[in-house]
Amino acid sequence: MAKSFSIRHQPGFTTIAAVCFVALYMPIIVLVVYAFNEAPSTSEWGGFSLKWFQSASQNAQVIDATLRSFQIAAIAATLATIAATMAALATTRTPPYPGLTFKYAMINQPLMVPEIVTGVALLIFFSRIKIFTGYSGLGYLIAAHTAFCIPFAYLPIRARLENMDLSLERAAADLYATPWQAFRRVTLPLLWPGILAGLMLAFVISLDDVVITEFVKSGGQDTLPTYMLGQIRRGITPEINAISTAFLLLSVVIVTLFFFVSRKRD
Amino acid sequence: MATAEEIAKAADRRDVRNRWYLSAPALLTIFFAAVGPLAIVLVYSFLTPGSYGDVKWQFSPEAWVSVLFERDIFDDTLSLAGAHISIFWRSVKLAIITTLITLALGFPTAYFMATRSEKTRDLWLFLITIPFWTNLLIRTFAVLQIIRNEGIVNTVLMKLGIISAPIQILYTDVAILIGMAYVYLPLMVLPVYASMEKLDFRLVEAGYDLYASRWQVLRRIIFPLVKPGVIAGSILVFIPAIGAYVTPSVLGGGKNMMLSNLIELQFGQGRNWPLGSALSITVMLIVMVALLVYVRNAGSKEMRHG
Repeated sequence: MAKSFSIRHQPGFTTIAAVCFVALYMPIIVLVVYAFNEAPSTSEWGGFSLKWFQSASQNAQVIDATLRSFQIAAIAATLATIAATMAALATTRTPPYPGLTFKYAMINQPLMVPEIVTGVALLIFFSRIKIFTGYSGLGYLIAAHTAFCIPFAYLPIRARLENMDLSLERAAADLYATPWQAFRRVTLPLLWPGILAGLMLAFVISLDDVVITEFVKSGGQDTLPTYMLGQIRRGITPEINAISTAFLLLSVVIVTLFFFVSRKRD
Repeated sequence: MATAEEIAKAADRRDVRNRWYLSAPALLTIFFAAVGPLAIVLVYSFLTPGSYGDVKWQFSPEAWVSVLFERDIFDDTLSLAGAHISIFWRSVKLAIITTLITLALGFPTAYFMATRSEKTRDLWLFLITIPFWTNLLIRTFAVLQIIRNEGIVNTVLMKLGIISAPIQILYTDVAILIGMAYVYLPLMVLPVYASMEKLDFRLVEAGYDLYASRWQVLRRIIFPLVKPGVIAGSILVFIPAIGAYVTPSVLGGGKNMMLSNLIELQFGQGRNWPLGSALSITVMLIVMVALLVYVRNAGSKEMRHG
């Protein structure tokens, strides 16, 4: 036999995988390259330039939307992570008790419902509250983002908790630690990587959301993604490429951090 | 005096009660800002549309009738609503084809990743994870730039002299398909890979020892073993694809609507909130049917092993 027989080989699979990886990255690379285009076109190359980054960073609407996006994501991700940490503590390391399955179903529910349906539901519900209370601030967007971030924050925290047994907490209790001291000094430090991973996931998820924000936002409450959607619908300029590139860079940084935090063994 | 048993029971009860307090913030937030409002959508779907959007509090089954039927304005007869049915059909069709394309591409990719050495596997996984967490709108926008008439695909094909005029891909169903397959591919690869990683290659070896061909090994050994991952991946792709909003609005233009664009229309220019609500519930029902199929398949799988 000329070629040794590999049991792992399947004809064509490597080619398809190569095509997939190239296809996944090629459009993103093209998008990034044209963000540095001198010409005001996204098809013809006119030389290297940073002018689109400059114009984007001086565009008042872009600055406004970016700040709003970060504000919502920071508040919603923090709230969601706190709620998810508490929920994870309540639903792990316990014999089954009545209502446990209900809690799982409830926490994962936002993952099961298409975003468009949640968006419509919140549009209707919040428009009622708006008429009733007269309040039309960012609170609605923050509430909506917190709710759909909870299941994402919950996943890594719960996974981390399930790998921790109760023996250290029991030892702390034996040494006369109060429940709060045991939590603060034992559980929390051990759980920290999970919490951090959950926080980062929630932050990215909130930052990326288009559909629910599009339905919930009041006038003048554009986030960066909804602003970009509006611009793309109107026609495209390399400025959108520049904004996308900055956004991409941020996502890659957060995902890389997440990857290392969640893979870290203790 | 309380017996030891009673004391233990009381402690258990206290523990469960504390666990309810602890989970209350998460449960209440999700109830008020995600689950609860779905009930209001159901109520709204049975009301009468108001003249300037919103609703009049008056019962009417009209919204549900007009999900599939049109009422003739002169003689009040019902006929099938061609526009709605074609949008339903397009959404279901595109979601199914997207699932099949991502499976056809994602299965070999996951297999490739799972057969790499332990060390490089993490790198491949990382390369799939990055697009997965990258903003969906940005990825859709990246596809838009590739496939539009002045985009790289058409430019290269014209320079090579293969075509003389650009092919119109953008604003067609094909564009929506390319876009959805592109953005949802990682959702298929990740669960299939998770199953594939646990695959015991001794079983594959045994298959070859028994004179199975590559195709037989794939069909009779590998595929059945990773089926849970394939089903999970298909569900993960199908659910967002059926309710896709960003991809059809960016790549489909105004003409090629999917269900979510039709729903949006009812809350915007259409000013028919009850119809929008009824359509939303319909999307929910389609998703629930898909989930039921998933649960039944996953369930029977477990029983066979147990």
